[in-house]
Amino acid sequence: MMLQGGIILFVSFAYIGILFAIAHYSDKRADAGRSVISNPYIYSLSLAVYCTAWTFYGSVGHAASTGIGFLPIYLGPTLMAALWYLVMRKIIRISKLHHITSIADFISSRYGKSSSLAGLVTIIAVVGIIPYISLQLEAVSTSFAVMWEHSEIAATVPRNNMTIFSDTAFYVALLLAMFAIIFGTRHLDTTERHEGLVAAIGFESIVKLLAFLVVGFYITYGIFNGFGDIFTRASQVPELQTLFTMENAGTYTDWTWLMFLSMMAIMFLPRQFQMTVVENVNEKHLDKAIWMLPLYLLLINIFVLPIALGGRLLFPSGVVDADTFVLTIPISQGQEELALLVFLGGLSAATGMVIVATVSLSTMVSNELIMPALLHFGPLRLSKSRDLGGVLLTIRRSTIIIVLLLGYVYFRATGTSYTLVSIGLISFAAVAQFAPSIFGGIYWKTGNHLGAITGLSAGFVMWTYTLFLPSLAESGYLSPSFIASGPFGIELLKPYALLGLSGLNPITHSLFWSMLVNVGGYMILSLVGRQTIIEHSQAAQFVDIYKQAEDNDIRLWRSTSSVPVIRSILEQFLSPARVDEALNQYAQKRNLDWSKDDVADTELINYAERLLAGSVGSASARVLIASAVKEEPVSMDEMMYMLDETSKVIAYSRELEQKSRELELATSELRAANEQLKQVDRLKDDFISTVTHELRTPLTSIRAFSEILYDNPDLDSAQRSKFMNIILKENERLTRLINNVLDLSKIESGKMEWHLTTLDLKEVIEESVATVEQLIKEENITLDLDLSEPTSLTVSDRDRITQVLLNLLSNAIKFCDRENGKITVRLGEVDEQLSVSVLDNGPGIKLENQELIFDKFRQVGDTLTDKPQGTGLGLPICRQIITHFGGDLWVESRPGNGSKFIFTLPVVAPNEDGSDNEPDYTPPIFANGQTQKEQG
Amino acid sequence: MNRFVIRGQRLIAIFFIGCLLFNYPLLSLFSTTGMLWGIPILYIYAFTSWLIIIVLMFIAIKLRH
Repeated sequence: MMLQGGIILFVSFAYIGILFAIAHYSDKRADAGRSVISNPYIYSLSLAVYCTAWTFYGSVGHAASTGIGFLPIYLGPTLMAALWYLVMRKIIRISKLHHITSIADFISSRYGKSSSLAGLVTIIAVVGIIPYISLQLEAVSTSFAVMWEHSEIAATVPRNNMTIFSDTAFYVALLLAMFAIIFGTRHLDTTERHEGLVAAIGFESIVKLLAFLVVGFYITYGIFNGFGDIFTRASQVPELQTLFTMENAGTYTDWTWLMFLSMMAIMFLPRQFQMTVVENVNEKHLDKAIWMLPLYLLLINIFVLPIALGGRLLFPSGVVDADTFVLTIPISQGQEELALLVFLGGLSAATGMVIVATVSLSTMVSNELIMPALLHFGPLRLSKSRDLGGVLLTIRRSTIIIVLLLGYVYFRATGTSYTLVSIGLISFAAVAQFAPSIFGGIYWKTGNHLGAITGLSAGFVMWTYTLFLPSLAESGYLSPSFIASGPFGIELLKPYALLGLSGLNPITHSLFWSMLVNVGGYMILSLVGRQTIIEHSQAAQFVDIYKQAEDNDIRLWRSTSSVPVIRSILEQFLSPARVDEALNQYAQKRNLDWSKDDVADTELINYAERLLAGSVGSASARVLIASAVKEEPVSMDEMMYMLDETSKVIAYSRELEQKSRELELATSELRAANEQLKQVDRLKDDFISTVTHELRTPLTSIRAFSEILYDNPDLDSAQRSKFMNIILKENERLTRLINNVLDLSKIESGKMEWHLTTLDLKEVIEESVATVEQLIKEENITLDLDLSEPTSLTVSDRDRITQVLLNLLSNAIKFCDRENGKITVRLGEVDEQLSVSVLDNGPGIKLENQELIFDKFRQVGDTLTDKPQGTGLGLPICRQIITHFGGDLWVESRPGNGSKFIFTLPVVAPNEDGSDNEPDYTPPIFANGQTQKEQG
Repeated sequence: MNRFVIRGQRLIAIFFIGCLLFNYPLLSLFSTTGMLWGIPILYIYAFTSWLIIIVLMFIAIKLRH
């Protein structure tokens, strides 16, 4: 059965009808606030607009002659997607905040909202994309022809013989233009998003993927016997076996450059920018797209090699254009329905690209090229006429038609002298020119307007010279000698071997030179030149986008206008209802009342500019606003003043920070001191209560016995003298206690009077021992004095040291063994330290008590059974005295083996002695009475 | 912000792994006429590496820490 032309046309229109229905439905849903495209899957599918007729037909054609040479175009985007998480996310964030409507808007906005830069980018994009659009036209019209003529010969019909009106490509161009107009320019919107368009593109992505998988599956498993079968058969044909290796896939250098090229293309092709950035609903959708887009690319490429090799096996070499294998193989097998499905897949791929590309180009041309031109030079001075929105839409619609017709003209001009892939690569190389300005723009604050304009122009000129012009020359529109021997026969200027650089394919060659001058121009002039104030502000906002909150528009202008003026400007582009809504929202947020407040301040003007930017692009919006608003750029003096103020504020806040840190520190110190004070206070309370308690005990007994004596005058004399004795003893104890407390408080408060003299400790010990000799004898204690070692002198208070010695000795006597008491007193000298030890053979002191006994009122022992035998202040006082003189007092003891109290005193050099004057040595005493311990 | 940074760094690493896998000289190692299961080794290498890169990206995005 032959496929009738009518059927093909009917199916095509039916398919486009379905797309309309989908688009219409999702637009309706969007208006109702229930978006169908607001999910990561549709978003990812819409990004697959990357796969055009080039992928659908061209990849097979390319693979048929290069093996895996077609792959870099898909590997590049796969790798780039990994970087999207950083790069694309940033671009999306910036674009949302600045209401970016296109890639031209993005670049111009970054470099100071410059109209000239926006215009340049637009021109590059249009000229660069025209070959790409012609590629789609060619593919669609070829596929029409193949289906129509039903023969392989159709692919090679000499187009130059046709008139325009008998050429299907012309009608295809018109049809696509119509489609793009209906979808892309229905109305003006402040966000410039097209829900219906995105939904339709998502659907097309499904259709083209399914169609390709079905035909691939049919060829691989229907005609052949699976992958292995095709490749094994191909391996028997030497000519095809070369496709198994990198032999025909181009050099490794070309391979790498192609990958780089496609990395740039997936980001900066106007249609990719439109889909990824402008149509993005939610930044989070990017996460899924990062792996889903590469997966899509992988799937649509799985059957490319089997189809290519299958086609080469099925058709004699050179008869059928390999670009049409997908279509011609099913037809040759009589599978017309399958061929129709493939045709629809190809149509999807081509229409998707053309629609999105023309819509994004028309936005750029109208916003960045024509509007600014009209606003600047227009005899109309548009600001006077009403309803500029209508004008804008007309401009866009005309642009779509013009761009498609230009594509058609290029298609007619170059004819079929190029394969699909090589045409597409010319476009890729053009949009790669945007890369330096954009990457520099979002990561390098120094990049300036001059650099961007220079880099872009130089790169574009280089691209035109090394790729675009030669493509026209090869088609006979320029002399072929232009390529062969350079212009005017200058060999060094040959477009494919500039300065004699050869060995690269034309694409790589062009890419190298254009990138060299582009990056070079951009960087050098950015480093040399200066930024204007607005450039500086935009640069900071773009690069530091993550540091900014919304609505944080730094503006270095003071501008004033009236609300009615602002309203009238807005109403030229937006419907009055929309303007009302926007202004009311603004008023509500800031508690304004438009009936009273009609002065438009800088903030409102910025708001209006951003609203407008969504419709006409930032460059046009700026021109429009500037025409109506009195803007005075801030003068240099004021600027310096502001800067100065700012830096003062910064310095002040630093100072504040510093102060508050110091304050915190002081607070914590105070808190610690307070704690200490509380502790001391508690100690003092304890001390007083202990002292009073200690005083009360002897007082009570004195009083008790005095009462007995008083009440019983007839007591016998033995009893009486016994009681009197007790009263006397208790009195002595009381006196001792009071003396001790006084001593202690004197020492602690530093009011103790010290009478310093040079001492020979030997003498002091002998004196002290003599004092207690009687007591020792009474207790039957053996005293062993070891004073044989010759020792140096020390400077100290003789009475105090005697007090210490007596205290230690009386302790020793008290705790000595009752039966065979033995006390050893020894004097020695080690390392400039005199040491005196008093050893008894009493019960000893447990390790955990060895420090406690130096606490006030701590008496070790069973306090319930043993009567306290001292005041509990002796040892604390001794330690205070010894440490006062720079020595140390401690105890060494093991329970059952007696205790050994040792104190040390520093030696005084002999030439300083012999004087009763107070020596230079002043022991360190703290105000709170605690004496610093020195190591002995 | 921390998760954002570490995820970004993982994806950068995947980018570099991919650059290595798909370029000279690793690529040239597989440029032979040999076949495995009836499929040229270069094709198997290219497509499996591709799939691995995609799986790695999927994991990097999914990982919550």
